[in-house]
Amino acid sequence: VTRVLALLAVMLLAFPALAVEPGEMLKDPALEARARDIGQALRCVVCQNQSIDDSAAEVARDMRRAVRERLAAGDSNDQVFDYMVARYGDYVLLKPPFKLGTLVLWLGAPLLLLLASSAIMLAVLRRRATAPLPPLSDEERERLRTLLGRDGSAVAPSEAQRSRGVSSGPGKVSPLGPSALGRDDA
Amino acid sequence: MSRRLLFLLPLATLALMAGFFAWSLMAGRDPAAIGSAMVGRPAPKLDLRALRDGDKPLTDTLLRSGKPVIVNFFASWCTPCLAEHPLFMRLAQREGAVIIGVAWKNKPEEARAWLARLGDPFLHAGLDLDGRTGIDWGLSGVPETYLVDGNGIVRFHFRGPVTETEVRDTILPFLRDGKS
Repeated sequence: VTRVLALLAVMLLAFPALAVEPGEMLKDPALEARARDIGQALRCVVCQNQSIDDSAAEVARDMRRAVRERLAAGDSNDQVFDYMVARYGDYVLLKPPFKLGTLVLWLGAPLLLLLASSAIMLAVLRRRATAPLPPLSDEERERLRTLLGRDGSAVAPSEAQRSRGVSSGPGKVSPLGPSALGRDDA
Repeated sequence: MSRRLLFLLPLATLALMAGFFAWSLMAGRDPAAIGSAMVGRPAPKLDLRALRDGDKPLTDTLLRSGKPVIVNFFASWCTPCLAEHPLFMRLAQREGAVIIGVAWKNKPEEARAWLARLGDPFLHAGLDLDGRTGIDWGLSGVPETYLVDGNGIVRFHFRGPVTETEVRDTILPFLRDGKS
């Protein structure tokens, strides 16, 4: 049982496999950590959607080496990114930069959400603002009384809700109060 | 009335998407295409040992000779390189184009044997065994071809084998007009 538990623990603790080989790593752990940060954010140019750290492709390995060589030469992270973008374009960045060409990418979804929610909001407001229903005719009043019983004070859906087909909430309302229409659900 | 029109919205969305997908298929849009960031910039450094025995090493001066040059990265193990090879032979022999070949991740003796077998279109040939120069040039694989003008500015960058059409429509006009 302990063996199974140990195996489970190992499986839970396992890191996703990286393609970075021990031989490529920098001696300086701080520089190597920066190289990893950069490598995770750079896209392998021959794989559809893998970072260069995740890819076993030859070019990805060359790019990892280039990243480390630049870091060792004293480049900042941004300088390394600039070096790669100058050669491979924005394609090489897994996270696209915020600029005119990518505006739709960044703002499209939030904008659509805003548009949809405001459209729904507008529709709801408009529905609420519709004029109150005309008062009941004598015939309807009579039918209502028979439906509700003699005293006319039973718990029942409001006319407003009933006439719209909205399910009733709990509450005691007078069935004969059309003046309250359109307000009881506010 | 306007509410009725609202029901057309899903249909319109569908039509829009169908149109986009149809266009993608017809126009040959390739979402995997990297494009090139090199075009319009000065060519990166060229500092390579010669592929052929007795040749001088390749340096930047080759790219700033005042004459347009073609830089072709190739390898003997690369099949598309085989496909484009006759076009470079023709450009070298008939048009007198200056073509710089770079054997990329290729054992020099294998690259030399490949050129000996098929013909050697390269005025200068260098060796990029470890792929360092390739990264510096924004290479994603072989074959890739750069057209560099007389001032050392990259004017075109082909990822993948050059085709007959590209020779006719791009390379030949570049060689003609790029001469200064």
